[in-house]
Amino acid sequence: MTGDRRKAVIEVDGAKVSFGAVKALDGVTLSIMPGECVGLVGHNGAGKSTIVSVINGGLTPHQGTVSGDGEVVANYGINAARTRGVRCVFQELSLCPNLSIIENTRIMHRTLGGFGWRKRARQIIEKSLDTVFPNHGIASDKTVGDLSIAERQMVEIAMAFSDAGIAPRLVILDEPTSSLDASLAEQMLDHVRRFVAGGGAVVFISHILHEVLTTASRIVVMKDGRIVAERPAAAFSEHSLVEAMGSVVKGDAHRRRSRDLADAPLALEQSGRGMPFRASRGEIVGLAGLAGHGQTGMLMALHAANSGDWLPRRDPLVTFVAGDRRLNGVFELWSILKNLSIASLDGVASRGVLDAGAEAGRGAEWKRRIEIRTQDMENRILSLSGGNQQKVLFARALSTRAPVVLMDDPMRGVDVGTKQEVYEIVRQEAEAGRTFVWYSTEMEEVCLCDRVYVFREGAVVAELTGEAITEGNILAASFAGTAA
Amino acid sequence: MNRRISADALRLAIPALSLTVLLAAVFWLQPRAMSYVGLNLLFNLAVPIALATIAQMLIMSVNDLDLSMGTFVSFVACVTATFLRDAPLVGVLILAGAVAVYSVLGVVIYLRNLPSIVVTLGMSFVWAGLAVLLLPSPGGQAPDWARALMTVKPPLVPMAIVASIAIAIVAHLVVMRSSLGVLIRGVGGNQRSVERAGWSVVATRAAAYGLAGIFAVLAGIALVGLTTSADANIALRYTLLSIAGVILGGGEFIGGRVSPVGAVIGALTLTLAGSFLSFLRISPDWQIGAQGAILIVVLALRLLLRRVEIREKGR
Repeated sequence: MTGDRRKAVIEVDGAKVSFGAVKALDGVTLSIMPGECVGLVGHNGAGKSTIVSVINGGLTPHQGTVSGDGEVVANYGINAARTRGVRCVFQELSLCPNLSIIENTRIMHRTLGGFGWRKRARQIIEKSLDTVFPNHGIASDKTVGDLSIAERQMVEIAMAFSDAGIAPRLVILDEPTSSLDASLAEQMLDHVRRFVAGGGAVVFISHILHEVLTTASRIVVMKDGRIVAERPAAAFSEHSLVEAMGSVVKGDAHRRRSRDLADAPLALEQSGRGMPFRASRGEIVGLAGLAGHGQTGMLMALHAANSGDWLPRRDPLVTFVAGDRRLNGVFELWSILKNLSIASLDGVASRGVLDAGAEAGRGAEWKRRIEIRTQDMENRILSLSGGNQQKVLFARALSTRAPVVLMDDPMRGVDVGTKQEVYEIVRQEAEAGRTFVWYSTEMEEVCLCDRVYVFREGAVVAELTGEAITEGNILAASFAGTAA
Repeated sequence: MNRRISADALRLAIPALSLTVLLAAVFWLQPRAMSYVGLNLLFNLAVPIALATIAQMLIMSVNDLDLSMGTFVSFVACVTATFLRDAPLVGVLILAGAVAVYSVLGVVIYLRNLPSIVVTLGMSFVWAGLAVLLLPSPGGQAPDWARALMTVKPPLVPMAIVASIAIAIVAHLVVMRSSLGVLIRGVGGNQRSVERAGWSVVATRAAAYGLAGIFAVLAGIALVGLTTSADANIALRYTLLSIAGVILGGGEFIGGRVSPVGAVIGALTLTLAGSFLSFLRISPDWQIGAQGAILIVVLALRLLLRRVEIREKGR
């Protein structure tokens, strides 16, 4: 493209990946040359993690090819990637916490086996730790679980740059500095620059934009599974990066007219790091920001502070709509009706005995109200589509008497039609005086809220109200260094 | 350098401490136990339990649980007392087949994403049935070599102690020092990480289960060597004893945190607890309850220590 005759370390051509109805990658072409650091930025669900999985061999694209050193690799998988020197540092901890650092090194390097491997592994990892983080002070026979989060991350980074026979040629760093302090982060970035200068390639993902701008030689901006901008780093500024990440179309059609809620009584209050959290009666409060920056923690804290500890409260203040349906939402073996009524059994029971008629009646009422698409509420919950399962979970929460509903990104993987229906229900219930605290990773939903708190690194860093709730403002607050 | 005792050492300290306390109590109650013969009598039934505990520990190190351990050891005991003595070749083939079945179980449980408890519970009926088919009534006879091995009298230290130490060393080498052991524990600790490094989780699990099968087979042979004959129900309590032994020895149900040395010590402690209660003249009716109480005390102690550890770390 740039007249460069060298061959790309890894080249992904027209990769398409979809999970169900969601297109995670929609035809991405990306080539990584030796001696360059590619910065990869984008908001939640832009497809960054998916393209990383494709490059490191963990995911085979449903369409498109992966080539290494100019040749298309037919069965590109984890082992093919590793023998080409592709290494990855993942966002979440990917070491075995029960093993020592040396033992983890053994697992990472398949070729290390044979008598005396402990000694070799120790040399390899200590050498790498010393190069990347001089004066690190980490003993390599320590168990990973005993290390602090920053130390784990340091070990993981050093592990990716370590050389046990196959030298690393392409290192993917996914939010590597998220738990490092400034000086450690600088040490790591220095090493990245040295590594790149020595002919290595790096893919660098970070939400701290100035890190990306100062480290990367080329920046790729992704959005909705596509690459929307690709320029040399020098051609970007923090402002233009944030702009490139945002969308062109605004979801104004769904925007609710702003209501005056200043006089509404307070329903919830919580103070933590950053700004205090407040929610009034009948308000829809959004929690925004990049995924995993403390929004779920805030919901959990709100729930814990407002519900009974050991004994259930007669009239709980809050109810919860779980985001991960499979993990903590549905009772897979139960019928739709049972799944719906579990949270409000006291309403359909008298003296501890369940009134089957009343339960069925309530089930029928909700089936009509939110249009659960099923022949019979006695069918198993898993017979429903994902979106309809989510509706049942909504109905479960709404059928309680709790005045506050906490929602943990409940619309993940739900089709558009269902979303619109649920938005409508939320709106109606809010008019009727219910309070919603809504964590969402989708801009469109955040823009439905009356007020939005933006999270970064576990704390509320910005509060946006009414007209100020725009994608640009939220993005700016989510990425460090650009916050107003 | 090492100001704080490492978590692993602490993990081992509690079982070692409880074994010492229990042993001191036994000696105080019955000073005659403090002899070559006395020690052998106290501990010789611990040898098969220790082997079974190591087997259970291997399964637990990949986050599974084997509820068929007792019936499997019984089955092996029946094979040992019949085929292995009368037709050694057939006997060896049967036992090798049983180990292979264990490996296959490990693969099936992983591939089909089944709960190991359910699969092994089902298998426990299979093993129990096979054992009854082999020996409908107690009988059979131990092969002479097994008998000789278990009754050998080494100088100074009784057989039971030598065997326990040998088991601990071998298990430690396999599980804690070898690459395979690291992989097996890695699967228990973070399966995705092992996968991402390009290893086959299926093969690792098969190896863990196969190794467990081998240790369980050794447990059955050792048991018959001690008792001279077998019975289809000879080792039923091994299922719970082996799980308790692993936990007592500092292992955990999930997370790949296991300790082979601790597991052997745990097995010894459990065996000793039985003798201790007999010395106290507690009626057998109460013994199981009292054994449970000992377990609860030790585990409570561990929980307490862990809290302290977490508080230290939080500072």
